[in-house]
Amino acid sequence: MTGEINLMKRESRLAAKRRFETGIIAALFLIPVFLFMIVYFVYPIISTFLSSFTSWNGISATKKFNGIYNWNKLVHDMNFWKAFGNNIKIMILSLIIQQPIGFLLATFLDARGKKSNFFKVIWFLPLLMSSVAVGYLFHYALSANSGMLTGISELLGGGTIDVLGNQKTALYAVIAVICWQFIPFYMVYYLAGYSSIPEEYYEAAVIDGATRKQYVCWIALPVLFPTIESAIVLSVVGSLKYFDLVYVMTGGGPGTSTELMATYMYKTSFSSYNMGYGSAIAAGMFLLITLIASVLMNIMNRRDNS
Amino acid sequence: MNGQQSGKKKQTVIRNMKGNVLAVFWFVIAFVPFLFMVMSGFKQKIETIMYGAFHLPSRFYPDNYIKIITSSSFWIYFKNSVIVLVVSLVVLLFISACAAYPLSRFEFRLRTPLFVAIVAAMSVPMHITLIPIFKLTVQTGLYDTIYALIPPAIAFAAPISVFILTGFMKGIPKELEEAAEIDGCGKIGTFFKIILPLSKPGLSTLAIYNGVNIWNEFCFSYTLTQSEKNRTLPLAIWNYQGQYSTNTAMIMACLALSVLPMIILFIIMQDKLVKGMMAGAVKG
Repeated sequence: MTGEINLMKRESRLAAKRRFETGIIAALFLIPVFLFMIVYFVYPIISTFLSSFTSWNGISATKKFNGIYNWNKLVHDMNFWKAFGNNIKIMILSLIIQQPIGFLLATFLDARGKKSNFFKVIWFLPLLMSSVAVGYLFHYALSANSGMLTGISELLGGGTIDVLGNQKTALYAVIAVICWQFIPFYMVYYLAGYSSIPEEYYEAAVIDGATRKQYVCWIALPVLFPTIESAIVLSVVGSLKYFDLVYVMTGGGPGTSTELMATYMYKTSFSSYNMGYGSAIAAGMFLLITLIASVLMNIMNRRDNS
Repeated sequence: MNGQQSGKKKQTVIRNMKGNVLAVFWFVIAFVPFLFMVMSGFKQKIETIMYGAFHLPSRFYPDNYIKIITSSSFWIYFKNSVIVLVVSLVVLLFISACAAYPLSRFEFRLRTPLFVAIVAAMSVPMHITLIPIFKLTVQTGLYDTIYALIPPAIAFAAPISVFILTGFMKGIPKELEEAAEIDGCGKIGTFFKIILPLSKPGLSTLAIYNGVNIWNEFCFSYTLTQSEKNRTLPLAIWNYQGQYSTNTAMIMACLALSVLPMIILFIIMQDKLVKGMMAGAVKG
């Protein structure tokens, strides 16, 4: 009897020792990544929130605490809310334009298989360019003097067209370019979704006399619903943090017509060296994105559950 | 019966037609800007000013391309991009694989919270970290060196890489690990001898996905470096723009050359690249 208890004790001690060892080894393997994450995520986020309560030019060592001054300013800053509005416009139009076209292109590639490889390659090209390159390309391709739109207009006997120089059209030109760049991404995304649907589904549908269109509408679409949902989340979060492309193509102008939260934050911090207020903008942006993303995911989760 | 069949055929033809029209239409939209870029690069400065966008170059004029390729600064940018890419990728893939191993194969108390932290980090916008990272870089004396670009590149690619590799390693059969343990392999030995070699497909898709992103990265490079000799290829375009802002032809040639490595890579390993993008598509 006592021997049995002793054995059990020894076993549990052994198990504890093993657990301890596992913990040590796990820590060893996890430390490098988490070190990077602490230095480059946790510390910066805390630091940005702290800096947002100071006035600081980024150069001097001392930050002067000024309470909620920056936050108060941010809430009443028309430029920031204009920029947020532009982000929202980009978000909505991106969703409406990119998702259906991306889905259609993926449907085409899935239906045609290997025969459509040529199209796949060409359609994919915009995704290989850096946002900077895309920004410059369209800065010139849409310019008034030697741009493509002016070229077309002149061929038809019209005058010069300056979409980027006009306050009313600049944002929509930017959105069109964003769509050009990211539609291939959603195309690939949905194509990945299609390729994960078992071949048998289509075969079974064909045996039941379904056409391709019926297969897409009644079988593929419902199966791909989770993929579509996550594409929407990606698109929304992405739209709220665009930077490179707009910074390069229009610099936020003309006026503030294409200003975004990120470009406004960058200019405030690194051109005007107002890093205290810049931190408040960055922190505000972070809060808004987190809020919108979590509301969206909540809605989706609720729909999935019901 | 016969009529019905031919009607069905007609329907298919029409449906194919619709598909083809869409395909060609999107082909034009995707491709024409590229054509504009490459063609403008072959023009002389005066031509881009005098004639419209769709005017063909009057004669073959490769001087813009030659001028860029033979300029030493282009190769400095190129070299910097390659160094940042290679160093970040090697470190990134190794530490991500290390972290994915316990997250996918061990049982320990902190596993779920740590994994949640990884997933949460995937959606952090980099702009909130920009000012502190800038400050940190200045303080550590790394400002305006290419080494300043490597840690942020690793840090921002790590969450998605760990996430995908964890999923990948979960798929490796447990029996292989048990066999190794019976053979006297410790947990560390198992990682290097079994898990790491078997994760190669996952690692290579991640290399491609992260490679494209790191190669094209702009914001950190723009903020953390200053002088020409320490900047990467996306910044080359920025600097050329300052230098030749009125010379559209020159800038288009520079753009075309900066995309060229990616296009060559794409043609060589098209399927892998698409797969890599798909893996990344989980997060985007």
